[in-house]
Amino acid sequence: MSTITLDSKVPSGPIEDRWTSHQFNMKLVNPANKRKFTVLVVGTGLAGAAAAATLAQLGYQVKCFTFHDSPRRAHSIAAQGGINGAKNYKNDGDSVHRLFYDTVKGGDFRSRESNVHRLAEVSVNIIDQCVAQGVPFAREYGGLLDNRSFGGAQVSRTFYARGQTGQQLLLGAYQALMQQVSLGNVELHTKTELLDVVTKDGVAAGIVTRNLVTGDIRSWAGHATLLCTGGYGNAFYLSTNAMNSNVTASWRAHKKGALFANPCYTQIHPTCIPASDEFQSKLTLMSESLRNDGRIWVPKQFDDNRAPENIPEEDRDYFLERKYPSFGNLAPRDIASRNAKQVVDEGRGVGPIKNGVYLDFAESIGRLGENVVFERYGNLFDMYERITDEDPMKMPMRIYPASHYTMGGLWVDYNLMTNIPGLYALGEANFSDHGANRLGASALMQGLADGYFVAPNTIGDYLSGLLGKTPVGTDDPAFSTSVAAVQDDMRRWIAVGGTKSPEYYHRELGKIVWDYCGMTRDKNGLEKALSEIPALREEFEKNVRVLGSPEGINQSLEKVGRVADFFELGELMCRDALMREESCGGHFRVEHQTEEGEAKRDDANFSFVGAWKWEGTGTTSTLHKEPLVFESVKPVERSYK
Amino acid sequence: MNLTLKVWRQSGPTDPGHFETYEATDVKDEMSFLEMLDLVNENLIADGHEPITFDSDCREGICGTCGLMINGQAHGPQKGTTTCQLHMRKFHDGETVTIEPWRAAAFPVLKDLMVDRSAFDAIIQSGGFITADTGGPRDANEILIPKIAVDSAMDAAACIGCGACVAACPNGAAQLFTSAKLAHLNLLPQGQAERWKRTEDMVETMEMFFGSCTNYGECQEACPKEIPIDFIAMMNRDFLKSKLKNRKLQGQR
Repeated sequence: MSTITLDSKVPSGPIEDRWTSHQFNMKLVNPANKRKFTVLVVGTGLAGAAAAATLAQLGYQVKCFTFHDSPRRAHSIAAQGGINGAKNYKNDGDSVHRLFYDTVKGGDFRSRESNVHRLAEVSVNIIDQCVAQGVPFAREYGGLLDNRSFGGAQVSRTFYARGQTGQQLLLGAYQALMQQVSLGNVELHTKTELLDVVTKDGVAAGIVTRNLVTGDIRSWAGHATLLCTGGYGNAFYLSTNAMNSNVTASWRAHKKGALFANPCYTQIHPTCIPASDEFQSKLTLMSESLRNDGRIWVPKQFDDNRAPENIPEEDRDYFLERKYPSFGNLAPRDIASRNAKQVVDEGRGVGPIKNGVYLDFAESIGRLGENVVFERYGNLFDMYERITDEDPMKMPMRIYPASHYTMGGLWVDYNLMTNIPGLYALGEANFSDHGANRLGASALMQGLADGYFVAPNTIGDYLSGLLGKTPVGTDDPAFSTSVAAVQDDMRRWIAVGGTKSPEYYHRELGKIVWDYCGMTRDKNGLEKALSEIPALREEFEKNVRVLGSPEGINQSLEKVGRVADFFELGELMCRDALMREESCGGHFRVEHQTEEGEAKRDDANFSFVGAWKWEGTGTTSTLHKEPLVFESVKPVERSYK
Repeated sequence: MNLTLKVWRQSGPTDPGHFETYEATDVKDEMSFLEMLDLVNENLIADGHEPITFDSDCREGICGTCGLMINGQAHGPQKGTTTCQLHMRKFHDGETVTIEPWRAAAFPVLKDLMVDRSAFDAIIQSGGFITADTGGPRDANEILIPKIAVDSAMDAAACIGCGACVAACPNGAAQLFTSAKLAHLNLLPQGQAERWKRTEDMVETMEMFFGSCTNYGECQEACPKEIPIDFIAMMNRDFLKSKLKNRKLQGQR
């Protein structure tokens, strides 16, 4: 057993003052010295683009990497619904404290209180910042910003830009980044994928990348490295993540010693379009905002084959409204998802293969008129119709839960630094703010909070200690060893010469992870997965087929390394889920539920962050615990009745 | 359904490239166009042939990564739809489908159906932003923006930067892309301070890479976000004004 102490570095004092006093207490780097530091930023989604732009504005030398052809294509762009900000513009009782409270409660008391409070504090700055950049948030006729209530919130604190909020926020951050590129403050490397994190004497020294166009493997040295590389939802294969979203950057950091926290905390989004066949490559999310005006139901009878319009009111079961009268169709994501799974498993699912539930707008159309409903959701309805050939204005949508977001990620302290000094994780790539379940419209908030306001401040505290010290150069053996390992890996994959594509193994792995570590988990299933995954991985390593060469563009080669990482991660997700003998948020162990079928936490034994240390291939990872302390919010049973 | 595909294969930027014919069998209506290509690729790999290289990411029509010329149309036959959102029910059994990469001098082919669109980033880099360094902006509600103005800005900001407008244009011009970004920023009060400089810089950068606009209007037809060419008119007007305004502004310094 190694001796890792997980020091969260959370400041003391009243929770409202912690971030302010921490900012004051941190050491600064003076403006003339900032240019002496090189910071590597990996990923250009909300967290990465925001961090790279802000660090460059501050005067640091920034090198920024993305595997996309342009920073604007990062998957943050696909977020539809909105971003929370505790502005209380609607005078409905919102406040920083309420957003903080809602987020801690929504996370089922498995997040770090101090981080969440900071998130709520800076949420108001984010809205100001984005508006200043020209993000076209929806407005009222008087010119003021519009807000809506979103995903389980009882106040209207969500800012939105039609159904394309993520796109507009990302374009704002991307444009700020491109301005810094034009000023020469950021060196941008597109089509460049991280393949290894390099450490020297336990400290982050830089990264090794592959140019996806030329195949060139290169080393980059930096005083600090920021991983802003998103979540790992594609471990399920079918998810709402983009095709290329992967865990590789986080995972390679993990294999270099960074702890991976709470991998079993994954979020299943209730409103996605159900899969139609075996060839489906991904699932499409329909914004949760639809639940504001749509009513979710299934037939009361099993195997009711009538068309929805022929099913009279008395034969419909509006199951969320029935079970959760105060929240109804706006019940939090995990609860809405599990209930949908339950009715489908009971045999009351709808659609050609009975794998969905209805989301019905008829009542809203009757109350508000077609125009209002179409103005609110038109672009989502169009998208739905393109995929399913059905018009939601005329017949109810069909929806089903899908993997959407991962709350777990690299363990970070209050400064967003992993346990490897100099290596940071921002946005979805870290674990810290959402606990066991994330509230709607909070992912965009956290990505931008980390990128614009947190990391650019906290990084100075670390870098100030490095002043006058020469960083490890790329000619150091630490880099050449890593480059050789990366090149060996690629040659090895091509040499296997098996019969099945990396895509095939990804799909097969996804089925196991989804079946046993998806919406519900139990001991038997998880143990089964823990024997099936290594067996499949063994087959994958012996029988995968990667054609072509390591030089030039080779999409199969890009894919195979990512799938290999998903295999190892999938195993860790199951191991974490098996260890956590309780239900909390998105982690639902069927053995641990209340009589009403709700998640039953075990605060006495599991009020901790489970952070895993990689111990080598074929060796079981070891668990390290960071106890969670709640001083401002008293853990209660999370009831949405 | 079964389809015959004529697919452009090109091993690298210097290879002249050629069409290969493939049979796509057992294609389902519910498949997206790219899932159909995934299937073809799986079969190619099984037969020991290198799969077709093409770009895609979100497969929700928002990231702008995908884009193919399908039977000579950018993003294929369905209006307002990206390649990834195009479904096979738009095709019929026995059809021959020709698949090519974007064809434009400013978008060199990297491999097969994948092109290099970095010229778009160069245009944004030249002025497609509002200078607002992080920290210290005024309260978001202090800037009143009429709903109609922000809605119009949003129409323009919906551009996904896929390049279909350029691919569809007989001149390989990027006026629709450039004007959409200019309109997004120039229509907003926050964008006024840099309006004239932005316009001049972006238009002139655009002209370094792309062809000229001769009002064919093909871009508007091909745009998966249905961005109208009205924005091009606005850009032209602003560009003309910028030539005068920028000079005057200089005089004030």
